[in-house]
Amino acid sequence: MSLPLALEISFAVVLLANAVWIVIAREVVAAVIIFVAYGLLLAIVWVRLAAPDVALTEAAIGGGVTGVLLLGAAARLRATEATAKPASVSTRLVAAAICVTTSCALAYVVGSLPDAAPTLAPAAMASLPETGLGNPVAGVLFVYRALDTLLEKAVLLLALVGVWSLAPDRLWGGTPELCAFPRRSSTLLLLAQLLPPVGILAGVYMFWVGAKLPGGAFQGGTILAAMWLLVVMTGLEDIPPTSRRWMRLLAIVGPAIFVVIGFAGFALANAFLAYPAGYAKPLIIVIEGTLTLSIAITLGLLAAGPPVRAQHQ
Amino acid sequence: MKLALQILTVLAVSGGCFLFLAGTIGLLRFPDTTTRLHALTKVDNLGLGLIVLGLLPTAGSPLLALKMIAIWLLVQLSGATVSQLIAQLVHEQEPRA
Amino acid sequence: MNATALFGFCAAALVGIGLYGLITDPQPLRKLLAFNLLGSGVFLLFGVVARRGAAAGLGGDPVPHALVITGIVVAFAATAMAAALLVRLFEETGHATLDSDAAQDGNTVTDGESS
Repeated sequence: MSLPLALEISFAVVLLANAVWIVIAREVVAAVIIFVAYGLLLAIVWVRLAAPDVALTEAAIGGGVTGVLLLGAAARLRATEATAKPASVSTRLVAAAICVTTSCALAYVVGSLPDAAPTLAPAAMASLPETGLGNPVAGVLFVYRALDTLLEKAVLLLALVGVWSLAPDRLWGGTPELCAFPRRSSTLLLLAQLLPPVGILAGVYMFWVGAKLPGGAFQGGTILAAMWLLVVMTGLEDIPPTSRRWMRLLAIVGPAIFVVIGFAGFALANAFLAYPAGYAKPLIIVIEGTLTLSIAITLGLLAAGPPVRAQHQ
Repeated sequence: MKLALQILTVLAVSGGCFLFLAGTIGLLRFPDTTTRLHALTKVDNLGLGLIVLGLLPTAGSPLLALKMIAIWLLVQLSGATVSQLIAQLVHEQEPRA
Repeated sequence: MNATALFGFCAAALVGIGLYGLITDPQPLRKLLAFNLLGSGVFLLFGVVARRGAAAGLGGDPVPHALVITGIVVAFAATAMAAALLVRLFEETGHATLDSDAAQDGNTVTDGESS
């Protein structure tokens, strides 16, 4: 057994141990913290699978922002832990049987994949020079399957509207509240003053470099959202009320420009979301830039939750 | 010269790994939260620092070396902040004056 | 067995563990965590398929990578919506369980802010 393989085996073992620990942990807060660690470990596994873009997204969204969201929910739902009844033994046995069957079926499928694996990599790389991009994943996201990315952004906006609509009617347009640290701490204040400039730089850099190297709009936007959430959690700033026009405009500017460029493709290049020759890269940069801003605002607002204070308090 | 740099890399990364091991043993064996935090800070500061120092000669360009040092500084910043916050909470919840 | 197949089996096991947590955990927030585990196992399976399609100088097929990135973002949106629903359920009824028996028992936890 070679050394790299031993390393992969240890990764897989720790990953599975973390997953089991999440399911059997006693308290929900402990389970969420282990889930964040699990997300970071999964990011390393993605790097071992030669997928750095996915690793960045998993570390940022899967580990980071989901952790903030679930910790806030766990803190608010802390009172319900005592009243939960564990499932009966028969349910557990049936569930275990179903899960073992599913896992074995999937493992059999993994083991019987054909040796000459079908792949779209040559086709993706063949058309990449025309678009002016150097990162094939960015090419897939914004050129070949740009419609999927547009619809994904629409799903994010729909989820945001859904979360906002869960507030009682009198609170519509009010202020959400992130579970802030209970009192002013000078250490956290120092972190919130030192880290956001670096974080904003890192986020913008990650969006800009995503055209050639691993990175992109989603990863950069998530870092910007994380910096915003850090400042809010310190208590330095409140989240603006959801009725603020500039915030709503920033959230929709990304998909709006995407749709406009899409429809302009009818006039300029004969198809929805088709880019005219030679203008592909500037258009993609415009789409990605506005999308980064929108993603930052949308992810931050999704993590903050529905409004809890009326807007004129 | 190249050999000396390679020896430096191996020694520094080994030293860093030893500190990681020591910090993990401290996390598992120390009796309470503040002593465990004390063990973990060795991992963050000196352990990661030695590993970064060992990897600096293998970086392809000065920019890459600067990025590695920036990562080390950021990990120190976040690690120190979180340790301070946890220690403050533990200090408040302890019953003794 | 090479590393890719190893991670494929790991992904199958993660799907099983996530499914078990989804079925047996009584609290909805733990079900949400298990659902995220299940999702990450499925994404890892995509990653294994992508890695096997390494060609044309790349380390992996870029199309499944883009699909997984889209999937991670959409899974976060669904998790956010589910968490908001749970908190609202707790604020309205005083307990956060999908079990209708507990609702009829009147087994509530009083909460000062239910509207």
